[in-house]
Amino acid sequence: MTHDHSYSGMTADTSDVGQIVNLSRRSLLGGAGALVLAVALPNVAQAAGFGADGMPHGWQDSPKIFVAIAEDGAVTITCHRSDMGQGVRTSWAIIIADELEADWAKVHVRQAEADELKYGNQDTDGSRSTRQFFMHMRHAGAAARMMLIQAAAKQWGVPASEITALNSVVTHTKSGKTLSYGALAKAASDLPIPARETVALKDQKDFRYIGKGKIGIIDNVPITTGKAIYAADTRFEGMFYAVIARSPVFGGTVKSFDAAEALKVPGVVKVIQIAAPSAPVMFQPLGGIAVIAKSTWAAMKGREKLAITWDDGPNAKYDSAVYRAELEASARKPGKVVRAQGDVDGVFAKAKNKITAEYYIPHLVQAPMEPMAAVARIVDGNCEIWTSVQAPQAARTNTAKALGVGEDKVRVNVTLLGGGFGRKSKPDYVVEAALCSKVMDGKPVKLQWTREDDIHHGFYHTVSVERIEATVDDKGMPTAWLHRSVAPTIGSIFVAGAENELPFELGMGLVNTPFAIPNMRMENPAAPAHVRIGWFRSVSNIPHAFAIQSFVAELAHAAGRDPKDYLLDVIGPARQIDPTSIGDVWNHGEDPKLYPIDTGRLRKVIETAADGIGWGRKMPKGSGLGVAGHYSFVTYTAVAVEVAVDDKGAITIPRVDIAIDCGPQVNPERIRSQMEGAVVMGMGLALTAEITFKDGKAQQNNFDGYEITRIDAAPKAIHVHLIPNPDYAHVLGGVGEPGVPPVAPAIINAIFAATGRRIRQLPIRNQLSA
Amino acid sequence: MIKTTVNGDMRSFDGDPETPLLWYLRDELGLTGTKFGCGAALCGACTIHLGGQAVRACITPVSSADGQQITTIEGLSPDGNHPVQVAWRDLNVAQCGYCQVGQMMQAASLLKDSPKPTDDDINNAMSGNICRCGTYPRIRAAIKQAAGMTAAPEKGAL
Repeated sequence: MTHDHSYSGMTADTSDVGQIVNLSRRSLLGGAGALVLAVALPNVAQAAGFGADGMPHGWQDSPKIFVAIAEDGAVTITCHRSDMGQGVRTSWAIIIADELEADWAKVHVRQAEADELKYGNQDTDGSRSTRQFFMHMRHAGAAARMMLIQAAAKQWGVPASEITALNSVVTHTKSGKTLSYGALAKAASDLPIPARETVALKDQKDFRYIGKGKIGIIDNVPITTGKAIYAADTRFEGMFYAVIARSPVFGGTVKSFDAAEALKVPGVVKVIQIAAPSAPVMFQPLGGIAVIAKSTWAAMKGREKLAITWDDGPNAKYDSAVYRAELEASARKPGKVVRAQGDVDGVFAKAKNKITAEYYIPHLVQAPMEPMAAVARIVDGNCEIWTSVQAPQAARTNTAKALGVGEDKVRVNVTLLGGGFGRKSKPDYVVEAALCSKVMDGKPVKLQWTREDDIHHGFYHTVSVERIEATVDDKGMPTAWLHRSVAPTIGSIFVAGAENELPFELGMGLVNTPFAIPNMRMENPAAPAHVRIGWFRSVSNIPHAFAIQSFVAELAHAAGRDPKDYLLDVIGPARQIDPTSIGDVWNHGEDPKLYPIDTGRLRKVIETAADGIGWGRKMPKGSGLGVAGHYSFVTYTAVAVEVAVDDKGAITIPRVDIAIDCGPQVNPERIRSQMEGAVVMGMGLALTAEITFKDGKAQQNNFDGYEITRIDAAPKAIHVHLIPNPDYAHVLGGVGEPGVPPVAPAIINAIFAATGRRIRQLPIRNQLSA
Repeated sequence: MIKTTVNGDMRSFDGDPETPLLWYLRDELGLTGTKFGCGAALCGACTIHLGGQAVRACITPVSSADGQQITTIEGLSPDGNHPVQVAWRDLNVAQCGYCQVGQMMQAASLLKDSPKPTDDDINNAMSGNICRCGTYPRIRAAIKQAAGMTAAPEKGAL
């Protein structure tokens, strides 16, 4: 089984290391030989609704868009979602190839360019690619299989019902005659696409790839040989290189600048000013001074020589320590009520036992290992871009707008993403590249962000104070619960001055807390944003789960109960909750009838993770176990952690068990890898990661100040438990993000078990040695 | 004029001698397998072998490579089957894959010095290489497989 077919939307061009793009060769794509099914036919637009129906441009399932078969039998599957490590390119191939009955050894993947009218929605976020496109991709593969069978039926003059397909070969069962897919491709392509309602999906017992977990990463060979193409790996002869000096304070502008010294650096060819964005900032470039040179190094050196006077603007005084106090003050006063059930105030007024705690979690930055980059050029008024982006269509739309041209004049080719974690959903860097090319008369320009740029000019994860108050009965069980979440909203980048969390943020584990508590109220006091706030893997689930899962453990301790048993009791018995009945109007964009909150599934993952780590076993002094569970992205996850704390307060985490119920599984192998990675990322934000601001400026610069988990600190053992859900008629849940939220509270709870110290502020850093 | 041997080929460079090897390899020679991650020797994405030693190309000036042998991922093995590359594929180590070139170059260097590395050896050698996707448990397992300390997993039959 080989997959040396290299990655890209430029299939013909990527076999050479350090490829030089030759556009004329692209015309061969889909044309060398009778590559036939790859004809784009616009499909009907989907009505607005839930799932992919509710996304811009909906979905497509035409085999002519997603499947191409060459005369030599090569099967090319188009993936229109971005692969940032979650493995969607492999999953897409698994789904389509299985329904297609393709020989896996002949399968290749082509990355779609940005074109949502053709492909349907391409936003790779929200842990929803496989969840929302599983059935559509099955349809595409199955329809292509039916067309191949129909072509053989025609050629042989036999009924299609007498023909079977397997491993890229069709067989006439009565005569034993066979034909390869390659031999049938041309004839199949001339047939009409079967009507959607007539497409016969495989019986799941006949799945050969879906759910089996035996298929390696489709890009394994290019990744391990250095041939995989990421954003900055596209090269043109005579290409220019650019870096940009941006205002160190969000909202700041260039007062004046002197480029004379920069222009003296050998290789620097041009210094230009990029206009500051207008409000709201959305995905616009931040503006600043661009240095364009003949090499990356010259551009970087040139930037160091710029003399720029900044007007720091309205956020010049942003200080995250001061801001924290403001958030805490807001959390101690009533705020906008976002869920109200029962009579919290009445119970509070009469209660004897009330417990209150506040939790703080700072700004974070996604810091994908691949800093943002894009290559752009403009030829005859047509702008073409090569970049790694989670939102290809947004990149295209924003670039067209910035250049003042129609979208048809902008082509965005999507490379592999060297990590995304939400940062690359915001294509400001793509627009920057196009603007730089424009001032170079359309010559190719590679725009490169440095790590310092990434950390100083982020779309930061929100900062939050979560305050929870609860009263308890004689047995220590909560009778009333008030949770105030105060955090600047992602909405602030879209509506200047927005200060309240949006439904999608509230629905990330705040309002939809599925606890069996009679009186519950959630409030969201206002919080102004002073930096760009953006999606970070699992988003608002992080602060909400941290606070809630910590607080339940605090209540358990107050009640003298085992924290796992107590958590299960607070969740209550297995039942299905309509999310709209508890104030969650968003429900991750999914139909609440298909996706009720199932507390039985939540209980099961908690029990599974706890069993996995050996809950209840006797721990040596300084060691402890902790557990936390969370529902996010219509998936259930729980984490159990073993922690050891030495007498100097140093923390080690020898073992983590993580359990996930994401419904039916397409690629269990990648689900495991996503859970392993989520544990490490969750651990980093729990232990070390933090972005702070003073005078409006981020105080960290690089991976020395912004510390993320390294191999020596990572758990040696991460046990992933996949809850079987073998019925593929059941709806799927998300995978990329849901592993993260329970990690930090599980660690915190384990530390409490080990030391009796309750951490309420992340990251932990040296709090235990203080 | 600075003369080096890159993956067995003689090369000469007469540009800014302070240019980091990273940008020389990527921008001048088109060897884009070596990645930019931090520019400050903090993440290891740019790890190459210089004179047989693992170094961070992002802070190593071309001038320091004069007369020396450079090996990048493109030259680690003629057919892409260095034991670390095989193990990385067998265990599906990569997620996004961006840091993995640096991880493999560092691991290859470790195995040259310590053919049967302990967990501490792995921690010491590999803790300069960040993986934001968090593939560390698999990196550790792949190093042990490449060292012949553990067997390769059974291949799934398709």
